[in-house]
Amino acid sequence: MDIISNLAMGFSIALSPWTLMLAIIGCFVGTIIGALPGLGPSNGVALLIPISFSMGLDAISALVLLTSVYYGAMYGGRISSILLNIPGDEPAMMTCLDGYPMAKRGFASDALVISGVASFVGAFLATIGLMLLAPLLARVAFQFGPAEYFALYMLAFCTLGGIGSNNQAKAALAAALGLAIAMVGMDKTTGMPRFTFGELHLMDGVDFLVAIVGLFAVAEVFHFIETHGRDSAIGVKLGKITVNWAKMWSTRWAMLRGSGIGFLAGILPGAGASLGSFLAYMTEKSVSRDKATFGTGNPRGVAAPEAGNNAAAGGALIPMLTLGVPGSGTTAVLLALLLTLNITPGPLLFTERPEVVWGLIAALLIANVVLLLMNVPMVKVFVHILSVPSWILLPGVTMVAFVGIFSLTGSSFDMLLMVGFGVMGWVFRKLDIPTVPVILGILLGNSMEDNLRRAMVLSDGDWTYLFSSPISIGLWLAALLGFVAPIFLRAVLKKPALPATDDMSSD
Amino acid sequence: MAKDRIFGLFMIVLALGYILSATNIQTSFMSDPVGPRVFPYMVAAVVILCALVMVLKPDPDAEWPTLTMALKLAAATAILIGYAMTIRPLGFILPTIVVAGLLSYMINPRPVPAALSGIGLGIGLFVLFKVILGLGLQGLPRALMG
Repeated sequence: MDIISNLAMGFSIALSPWTLMLAIIGCFVGTIIGALPGLGPSNGVALLIPISFSMGLDAISALVLLTSVYYGAMYGGRISSILLNIPGDEPAMMTCLDGYPMAKRGFASDALVISGVASFVGAFLATIGLMLLAPLLARVAFQFGPAEYFALYMLAFCTLGGIGSNNQAKAALAAALGLAIAMVGMDKTTGMPRFTFGELHLMDGVDFLVAIVGLFAVAEVFHFIETHGRDSAIGVKLGKITVNWAKMWSTRWAMLRGSGIGFLAGILPGAGASLGSFLAYMTEKSVSRDKATFGTGNPRGVAAPEAGNNAAAGGALIPMLTLGVPGSGTTAVLLALLLTLNITPGPLLFTERPEVVWGLIAALLIANVVLLLMNVPMVKVFVHILSVPSWILLPGVTMVAFVGIFSLTGSSFDMLLMVGFGVMGWVFRKLDIPTVPVILGILLGNSMEDNLRRAMVLSDGDWTYLFSSPISIGLWLAALLGFVAPIFLRAVLKKPALPATDDMSSD
Repeated sequence: MAKDRIFGLFMIVLALGYILSATNIQTSFMSDPVGPRVFPYMVAAVVILCALVMVLKPDPDAEWPTLTMALKLAAATAILIGYAMTIRPLGFILPTIVVAGLLSYMINPRPVPAALSGIGLGIGLFVLFKVILGLGLQGLPRALMG
């Protein structure tokens, strides 16, 4: 068996004491980041990339550390959803719907345990799915030429804009702005500067890490100041953590269904974990006989979205690793990580650097087990961290953002640029313009243009070449569908409102 | 007054400027059929199209900050700009104490906890990054260090 021997190789890389220690630290830090309201997997990983890069970690160590943070943040998001009714990140929103009512009725411990186990089941199954599917897709991806890649990038932007936002025009605008920013710097083919306005710092282009940290982390700082940084007052009682096996067993099908749906949603480019947890919750509600109890503290309403959101996080790695096309904000940040480490995702990654792929997969499995151990018996530790007041937390996050960019580039110019992106992120949030397409545009812009130009070289300037193979026609049609269909489905896909908080814990 | 409209118009102006700037990109003799200008033109066209949609069909306005809050946010931006400019010449610790303290005060206007969190973060983060993680940070002003 290919997979078994590959996996054994992966574990031989990832099981050294040093990487194990990194995995444990990453899981711990990740869970904290996920649990803190306002910080989620994308800004957490974004903050840590520059720092781990400046620490001079090698590729495998950095990957292990940061994917542990990523998975940890996916686990941690549920803690603030359940205890505070504040989702730590967007995918954790659905967990609020039944998690917070459960906690209010005195079952906080059950909700935390069930959601922790559901996270494990979802992430574990998705990692297995990743192992089975990714090599197959990598083989298909070998048939992709420049025209197909160009169509694939269009597909990613279209589905991300279609599914992920409320207004197609705004999402497309955001993506185009990202692409426009990516054009800044020296043109690789001709060696001529573009849009640098004589500024030497811009010759290398805008560093995508500067943009990511600015748009995700610094923008959050402005948002926090504006909303007076709600202090996290825990309004529910949390007794001793005990495991209610019977209740957990009753949610087994919800976990499995949620994992399956989440995994599929994760594979779709542009969909990601938010859609995964949403669909898992809605499906669970529609197949169960006691629909009325959903939203009032049904344990299956906690298990399904948590399994779905973590399974989607695993599934989203498939298009990212095999095609280099991330499906969501967090995978976009992970793509940024790979590019920083000089690892180019794509089909060649599987044949030329199998140790990276399988080391990563082994690291994911290890992180999962560590996280299950950390998040069920030790969940109280993280609950205490939730009570860090925002007037310490927020300046801290700001400083970490600056230190990261400063130690990476050492230039004041990049820090100013980061503040600029922060202001931009805040304005976009006000105007309801998504920022993830901007990031995706900056990340993919150069290779999108490169593929277009290579396709034109192959066809000697004939633009119909872009639509000449069955694969590319299929991708273009899917892109069109992904962009247009959500307009009609919007009424069906309406998100339910968060449960009301009756006390001082939110505004 | 719809903010979407203002933003859309601003984006159209920006995109036109972008196109203008793109016309000045030099091509060299070893270019490809597409050249370095076409993709920027395409991107700018998409921006203009989307911005037109925003101008013609704006979404209802979100709640915008009051004047005091806007001033507060402007002050925060100024503080961060100042931080970006001073961290290099003055070293990490001093600007961090001041900036972290100011930000903390903006969220929770009590001077003593704000000052304490500034000092704590300035020194604590320096120890974490420099001593434990080994990043190349300068602690104190270069002039003092000789």
